[in-house]
Amino acid sequence: MSTIDAALPMPAPQGSFWSRESSLRAWLTTRDHKRIAILYALGISFYFFLGGAAATLIRLNLVEPTGALLTAENYNKAFTFHGVVMVWFFLIPSIPTTLGNFLLPLMIGARDVAFPRLNLASWYLYMVGGLFTVAALLAGGVDTGWTFYTPFSTMFSNTNVYLVVVGVFVTGFSTILTGVNFIVTIHTLRMPRMTWFRLPLFVWCMYAVSLVMVLATPVLAMTLALIALERLAHLGIFDPALGGDPLLFQHLFWFYSHPAVYIMILPAMGVVSEIIPCFVRRRIFGYRFMVYSILAITVVGFMVWGHHMFVAGQSMYASLLFSILSFVVAVPSAIKVFNWTATLRKGDISFEAPMLYALGFIGLFMLGGLTGLMLAAPALDIPLTDTYFVVAHFHYVMVGGSVMAYLGGIHYWWPKITGKLYSEGWARAAAILMFFGFNLTFFPQYILGYEGMPRRYHAYLPHFQVLNVLSSAGASVLALAYILPVGYLLWSLRTGNKAGDNPWQARGLEWQTSSPPPQENFLTAPTVREAYAYDEAAP
Amino acid sequence: MSEFAWFLTQASSLAPQVDALFWFMVALCGTVALGVICAIVYFSIRYRRGSPADRSGEPPSSLPVELTWTLIPGVLFTGVFIWSLFLFVRMRTPPADAQTIYIVAKQWMWKAQHAGGQREINTLHVPLGVPIRLTMTSQDVIHSFYVPAFRVKQDVLPGRYTQLWFKATKLGHYELFCAEYCGLDHSKMGGQIVVMRPSDYARWLEGHAGPGTLAAQGAALFRARGCSGCHGPNASVHAPDLDGLYGHPVQLAGGSQVIADERYIRDSIMLPDQHIVAGYQPLMPSFAGQLSEEDVLALIAYLKSTSESSHEHD
Repeated sequence: MSTIDAALPMPAPQGSFWSRESSLRAWLTTRDHKRIAILYALGISFYFFLGGAAATLIRLNLVEPTGALLTAENYNKAFTFHGVVMVWFFLIPSIPTTLGNFLLPLMIGARDVAFPRLNLASWYLYMVGGLFTVAALLAGGVDTGWTFYTPFSTMFSNTNVYLVVVGVFVTGFSTILTGVNFIVTIHTLRMPRMTWFRLPLFVWCMYAVSLVMVLATPVLAMTLALIALERLAHLGIFDPALGGDPLLFQHLFWFYSHPAVYIMILPAMGVVSEIIPCFVRRRIFGYRFMVYSILAITVVGFMVWGHHMFVAGQSMYASLLFSILSFVVAVPSAIKVFNWTATLRKGDISFEAPMLYALGFIGLFMLGGLTGLMLAAPALDIPLTDTYFVVAHFHYVMVGGSVMAYLGGIHYWWPKITGKLYSEGWARAAAILMFFGFNLTFFPQYILGYEGMPRRYHAYLPHFQVLNVLSSAGASVLALAYILPVGYLLWSLRTGNKAGDNPWQARGLEWQTSSPPPQENFLTAPTVREAYAYDEAAP
Repeated sequence: MSEFAWFLTQASSLAPQVDALFWFMVALCGTVALGVICAIVYFSIRYRRGSPADRSGEPPSSLPVELTWTLIPGVLFTGVFIWSLFLFVRMRTPPADAQTIYIVAKQWMWKAQHAGGQREINTLHVPLGVPIRLTMTSQDVIHSFYVPAFRVKQDVLPGRYTQLWFKATKLGHYELFCAEYCGLDHSKMGGQIVVMRPSDYARWLEGHAGPGTLAAQGAALFRARGCSGCHGPNASVHAPDLDGLYGHPVQLAGGSQVIADERYIRDSIMLPDQHIVAGYQPLMPSFAGQLSEEDVLALIAYLKSTSESSHEHD
């Protein structure tokens, strides 16, 4: 089952996966999951800053009620660009393809993922789809919003809908293939004694998220193909003028896009579940309940999509059913928050940068989740949906949650990946700045939504201005906080101190090999124990 | 109305009920969030590295504890769901005595037609204290009719009718927004709801009378567009009689049965092949592209009026 042979003759250390064959050609044809993770990290960072540039335009424009910077047309294209790029080219692939790719084989003691060539193919699909989409978005742009609602997207928009739809379609296959790869890897390549209930929660989250990727993404592909066909051939599937049904589109779209929310948040939960026990020096509280809640979120998450459609014209009874299921799916998330908090009790807590990100994650994810509960009640969703309340809600989950966890993970595993230590002072400052900048940006948006400001508005009534200016001020703090890590992390590659193999004294298998790991991952077989054995001596 | 206020005006009978649930949820969620944050801060201080706190003998998991914090949220959520359920059903069910006003949305304006035939754009005059039911459709893409002060919102779709109701409880002008992204000037697709005393409203209606009531306009269209040639009493063609049809069951070819509601009538005019009445040939031509949404609404109002003379139907 395992590719690790304990009797492997110890070769003279040939250096890490970084140092072998460093030509561009070697990198672009690599089948090493660690190098592919680095390739993904470069792509994802590129798209993150592109999406962030669009967000900057949006927030600058909303400083003035009449729209300070952009025309209505360009504003609509800017928020579409922001949504499409952030959802499909940053959030969905972010943690699984970078940290997941790098760590999953290491955490289960494998030599690589099950299908290394497929893994590289996934990266190419991702980059081709992404660059194609970005080109389409820049060359004229698209004004449909990332949700492509029909019949606007099929019959009314005069923008490059085809090209963007094709780009997202192609990238969807990258997601599906990554999911397949991870599922097979976890099933077949765990080393001896690495049983299911010894898996780190990060691996469980990768497993759950892969299931969602494989089951949900094909529906997105079908839906996007139908949009293109409807535009091209006037099939009459979504257009009521031809006897179609625009609500059918929304059902199909959210059948993918709600589970997609769990594609974005489950990996974040996995990262935080690794960081907290390490800096608390304690086993995670309620390991098995954490596993069950991951699985519960995965299953129930497929049955709540209709809560996006309470005012869309869906039947009242359907809305009530989706409402109760949405409350149900919140229970396992609540369990996770309580368990993380309980892990702190009786711990030996230190507050290095990854831990600050993880604690920030708990707070922001909780606020996003609790406001999600309000939106799960149709009676409250009616006034709040399609206002800034919803914008604030999903940014708390996606940005406060997923991005904080992603950056927490990057900091936590940076010494593992690069072998270098970054400046702890700068890293803590960035984490704290990010937390405050984030709240200043998005908390005012909850109030704006309650006050009735609809989303996707290029211009607004003057009495909404104070809160909009606060939000834009917060966004500039947030932008600074996102740029800082680029600086000190890259700087650490040049000047950072050597990290040693396990600077955090962490217990995961990935820390039992050298940092950075050799191409073979492990030169001697690691010792498998219970996950998070912080109460036992390091092996 | 354009002043910033911390508490949004409550101008409909539903608004205080929605706000009660909203503020309850704010309090509940705030308490939970505060509790968790306090616990995190407390543990972070007490169990910081190097502190002298006792760390001995705690199991890393406890079934009773897990069940407690599974069941308590479960029970609370069920309670909130039930509260929301009753309120939601009330929000979605117009009172039987509600007056109907028709809304047609298009990029980027709101058009209203009152039963008396009055028409207005981007403004809707309504009487205080009278339940109003809006029957809405769109001429192009999806829009959403949103009045924050009333706490009501409903998407407005092409090709079907959606409904929304409210009873205004406070005189004044209230903002109307389009809440579903609908293209270039989405953010300008707004207007005002003007709540007037019933006597002022009656005066306003008189001052803005159109060419007859909406039903009368529909009756004129029924003749002018040739509907009466086939569906009228002296028709030479074998077509269903439409007098008193509205609100009654219709037997369709293939054995199914539908109630002749607004949507059925609209579909029969625009997409006549979709429902063929049992015992009739599919001869009717489509009027899609020939009749505007306003015309169709006037025809519906006319057919309704032929029903109301004999039956009391909503």
